[in-house]
Amino acid sequence: MFVTNLAILVVSGFLGYAVISKVPNTLHTPLMSGTNAIHGIVVVGGIFVLGFYPDLGAFTKVILVVAIVFGTINVVGGFLVTDRMLEMFKAKPTAKPDEPEDKQ
Amino acid sequence: MTLPLASSFVRDQDFINALYIVAFGLFIFGLMGLTGPRTAVRGNRIAAVGMLLAIVATFLLPGMGHNWALIAAGLVVGTVVGVPAARQVKMTAMPQMVALFNGVGGGAIALIAWAEFIESSGYDGDPLTFVIPSLFGAIVGSISFWGSLIAFGKLQEVLPGRPIGLKGVGQQLLNLALLLVTIGCAAAIAAGGTAGWLMVALLVAAAALGLFVVLPIGGADMPVVISLLNAFTGLSAAATGLALNNTALIVAGMIVGASGTILTRLMASAMNRSIPSIIAGGFGGGGAVAGASGAGEHAGSVRATSAADAAIQMAYARLVVIVPGYGMAVAQAQHAVREMATELEKRGVEVKYAIHPVAGRMPGHMNVLLAEADVPYEQLKEMDEINPEFTRTDVAVVIGANDVTNPAAKTNPQSPIYGMPILNVNHAKSVIVLKRSMNPGFAGIENELYYEPMTSMLFGDAKASVGQITQELAAL
Repeated sequence: MFVTNLAILVVSGFLGYAVISKVPNTLHTPLMSGTNAIHGIVVVGGIFVLGFYPDLGAFTKVILVVAIVFGTINVVGGFLVTDRMLEMFKAKPTAKPDEPEDKQ
Repeated sequence: MTLPLASSFVRDQDFINALYIVAFGLFIFGLMGLTGPRTAVRGNRIAAVGMLLAIVATFLLPGMGHNWALIAAGLVVGTVVGVPAARQVKMTAMPQMVALFNGVGGGAIALIAWAEFIESSGYDGDPLTFVIPSLFGAIVGSISFWGSLIAFGKLQEVLPGRPIGLKGVGQQLLNLALLLVTIGCAAAIAAGGTAGWLMVALLVAAAALGLFVVLPIGGADMPVVISLLNAFTGLSAAATGLALNNTALIVAGMIVGASGTILTRLMASAMNRSIPSIIAGGFGGGGAVAGASGAGEHAGSVRATSAADAAIQMAYARLVVIVPGYGMAVAQAQHAVREMATELEKRGVEVKYAIHPVAGRMPGHMNVLLAEADVPYEQLKEMDEINPEFTRTDVAVVIGANDVTNPAAKTNPQSPIYGMPILNVNHAKSVIVLKRSMNPGFAGIENELYYEPMTSMLFGDAKASVGQITQELAAL
């Protein structure tokens, strides 16, 4: 099982490299903040450990709740912030000929 | 307890594993969308759906069913904190927000590893294939958390942006010692040590390492640091995935690790610096000394100009190239810049923007700000594209950019930024530099551009200066 996971790990590394090499400079900030949101998936780890074991110590529970809070902030904040940024890029290429004067 | 993590996950749960596979498929598909501005919004939302799926799948795992209230509380608190932060943050404050989100992700990873350690009485009886990834997550997560907090503090200007730390080798020796302590604790735990203090010492040493590595790094190197810490958090998430035998975590974490690594390398090569040299203390001492000696030679040969003169110069130009930098972000001048450009375009002046890869405090920082101000995507030119055009540029307007325009990077082998690719602003027929004062940039290096005969300086707040130029243009 561990070896299979290791194989998945290695392949994912190359896959990530291939996918992300194509991102243009302009989108580097949203890319970073988007991938940032994706590593918030660790919240899943926190949920699992806290939800799976019946007899965790009080201190462990506190640690895990904090971990879930952190992970959730990472996920929710990351995706929202990326969405806000990308919304600003989206209109650009279509609405160019007569730049309207609107300022949000 | 004997942490039956691995076995519990394997136990007849193909359905949930399939959900995880769909989830990471959505991550990858979403990231592919991020390669173009048209598909990017959708891509990000697809990835978010993948995340939701991964979380739902986790609740469905066999054996789940304890501490529901606590889990719900954690999710609610995280959402309540995260949503307003993400909604209200200004685009100019984006780098520190990303640093903060990255940091809490790293913190979560370190905490999960700590909880695993405590509940298994020090990984007692666990195989190394579990212990090593978990320890890796603890170390790198802790580094990432504390390093990101420092990066946040520097960018938010709670902490000084200048390098802080011991001079030269002392800092590196301290960092090396901390690294050895961290690895020593990890080795002791892996070899069977179960004492609680070992894990605490490991977390503390890694935390100190994160603090001391980022503290001496100057503000100008922040794009590299933030993307490096992002890569670190991704890698530690992947390690957590190995420990918990969770494919969604492995794939997602590793992809983030790979993307962060690519970005970090891009940023570092855009500054002509190696990643190790930045981590080892970057511009620090040497740069400041060289800058100080340069300052004396030039004093007094700077030409100041007024908004009215600058407006006239630009109004009769054919091509104006705007060179934005971190100063534009600080002054929140992006909307004012856009209005000035519109005024120029009304007069038939061609306007372009020259974007250096490391302008600002995170990769692509300027693009985000200018996009916020509705600057057309096509007018943003990357360095290689715009550099040949400077020779036919009538006026180059430098707004809060410094080191990325410094010709010393090409001409002065003594300069700490020697060899860094720069925007060839000094090839333009005339240059107007908007700057608050003659203080050198974050790197503490004197900019020779300011003393060139074709350069004039417009001192003052960038937003106010640009606003005045726009008024003058409208009045012409």
